[in-house]
Amino acid sequence: MSAVLKPRRTPGWTPARMGVYGFLIVAALFFLLPLYVMLVTSVKPMEEIRLGTLFALPLHPTLEPWLQAWQSACTGLECDGIRGGFWNSVAIVVPSTILSIAIGAVNGYALSFWRPRGAGLLFAILMMGAFIPVQVMVYPLVRVLATLNLYSSLPGIVLIHTIFGMPVMTLLFRNYYAALPVELFKAARIDGGGFWRIFLQLMLPMSTPVIVVAVIMQVTGIWNDFLLGLVFAGTDHLPMTVQLNNIINTTTGERLYNVNMAATILTSLVPLALYFISGRWFVRGIASGAVKG
Amino acid sequence: MNKANQPGRGGALRKRQRVSIAAYLALLPMAATVLLAYLGTMLWTARVSVSSSRTFPNSDFVGAAQYIRLFNNERWLLSLQNIAIYGVLFIVACLAIGFLLAVFIDQKVMAEGALRTIFLYPYAMSFVATGLIWQWILNPELGIQEVLHKLGFAEARFDWIVDQDMAVYTIVIATVWQASGLVMALMLSGLRGIDEEIWKAARIDGIPRWRVYLSIVLPMLGASLSTAFVLLFVMVVKVFDAVVAMTQGGPGTASEVPAKFIMDYLFGRANIGLASAASIVLLSTVLAIVAPLYFVRSRRAAKGGAA
Repeated sequence: MSAVLKPRRTPGWTPARMGVYGFLIVAALFFLLPLYVMLVTSVKPMEEIRLGTLFALPLHPTLEPWLQAWQSACTGLECDGIRGGFWNSVAIVVPSTILSIAIGAVNGYALSFWRPRGAGLLFAILMMGAFIPVQVMVYPLVRVLATLNLYSSLPGIVLIHTIFGMPVMTLLFRNYYAALPVELFKAARIDGGGFWRIFLQLMLPMSTPVIVVAVIMQVTGIWNDFLLGLVFAGTDHLPMTVQLNNIINTTTGERLYNVNMAATILTSLVPLALYFISGRWFVRGIASGAVKG
Repeated sequence: MNKANQPGRGGALRKRQRVSIAAYLALLPMAATVLLAYLGTMLWTARVSVSSSRTFPNSDFVGAAQYIRLFNNERWLLSLQNIAIYGVLFIVACLAIGFLLAVFIDQKVMAEGALRTIFLYPYAMSFVATGLIWQWILNPELGIQEVLHKLGFAEARFDWIVDQDMAVYTIVIATVWQASGLVMALMLSGLRGIDEEIWKAARIDGIPRWRVYLSIVLPMLGASLSTAFVLLFVMVVKVFDAVVAMTQGGPGTASEVPAKFIMDYLFGRANIGLASAASIVLLSTVLAIVAPLYFVRSRRAAKGGAA
């Protein structure tokens, strides 16, 4: 091996190095394969798809499947495309994100600076709650929401997402605030600040990084959710993921694979775009344990 | 009047009293969620699981009858078998691939950023989308099997997705593709946190690089590994979206999983009692594995002084 104490320089082309690149390239191909197949299939006309050449580039590419997916694919009884699902998802994601982040921030702030009695225990149980399988809570939640007239409604699904997002958001903000110097807080208290004043005027403005991470995590997690939307959103507000599954897995007659793939891409556009734009922030969210499984 | 910032009993007590109202009120949503949405629903489901509720709730008490029926149910037993196979394969594969990817990327390769982006983007997609893509790729007539046939391997078989015995493994492939990047990201931040001095010392001592990884680095990644393991484990227990999208639990019930079993019996087959019993079993399994890990972790954190 080369000398130890040289300044950092890219090592030379040893067989080991080529093995490293070989492995990484093969892995990259494996990871990119589905994306490639998705894209290529979505612009092929059905005649080419029936040829069974999964990896071949399209001979006569067309955007017709995309149009069909957006506005005329059949999700169960209606044939209105997946655009309804898109707007439903937007209507679900925006309030859920805002609400869950607001509550998570207040919780984190109260837990790390004020520490009322019993809050530690509540927080520990909240954290355990993140591991509870959803199925345990589904039936009682359905009954409760039905009593409140919120079952199968937009406010209902927003409330559900807020509840389920609370552990992760609280943890995220609590860890962030715990890393801030406590002298700031003490000084603000001496200056006469109360609970809300310190939060709104001091802590919140300093919270931009954690809020960015929280937004990324929540938008991705809630947009990609399937089960909660399936159970609680009601037929008028089904999120895009549920409608996507309806389009693809409940078709009679010939399956239009190009339309299916176009619909899949459309459904994944928002979180993928967010991922590609946010880069480092996305990873930061993962590293801080704030991942929505 | 600045007793609040002075140490000592009197000041601390007064500060605590001033703390109480606003902070408690602000934490009401959290308290409500924990008590009602978490503890409350768990107790409710447990109560239903010892009743004979079917479509409508029934407030009778039948002891362990539902649990006995549950473990005599073929579909449930199959789902347990599937989740065990799936769980082991998924977790091992994700940890291994994620670790290897992280290690190889850490070798100061070119285009590191692009590689990281490529390995992690599947995690940004929904499990439904993942299941649907792989359902298409593994399509027996038009997917990979057909490509193999066209390449000349006329006898090649890759119809796992419609094969009773192999369907579970297709779910493994699809979800490993999705989640390995997550493990890689976690391992990479762990690796990056390792002191340069260790590498220098190892090189001075003449220890080959792979040995360093195995005997020195791997143990140091304990925290990242356990985080990854817990996240993967939770994903295994929750697996539902991918199964519904990819195989609908089929062919038949070959790729049934507990989460889907519960949802089917809650809504489709309208047997709340049985579904609740199954949920409690699932919950107990999760708690049995996660609680000790959590306990160990908080003990270690308390000793280390870190939050």
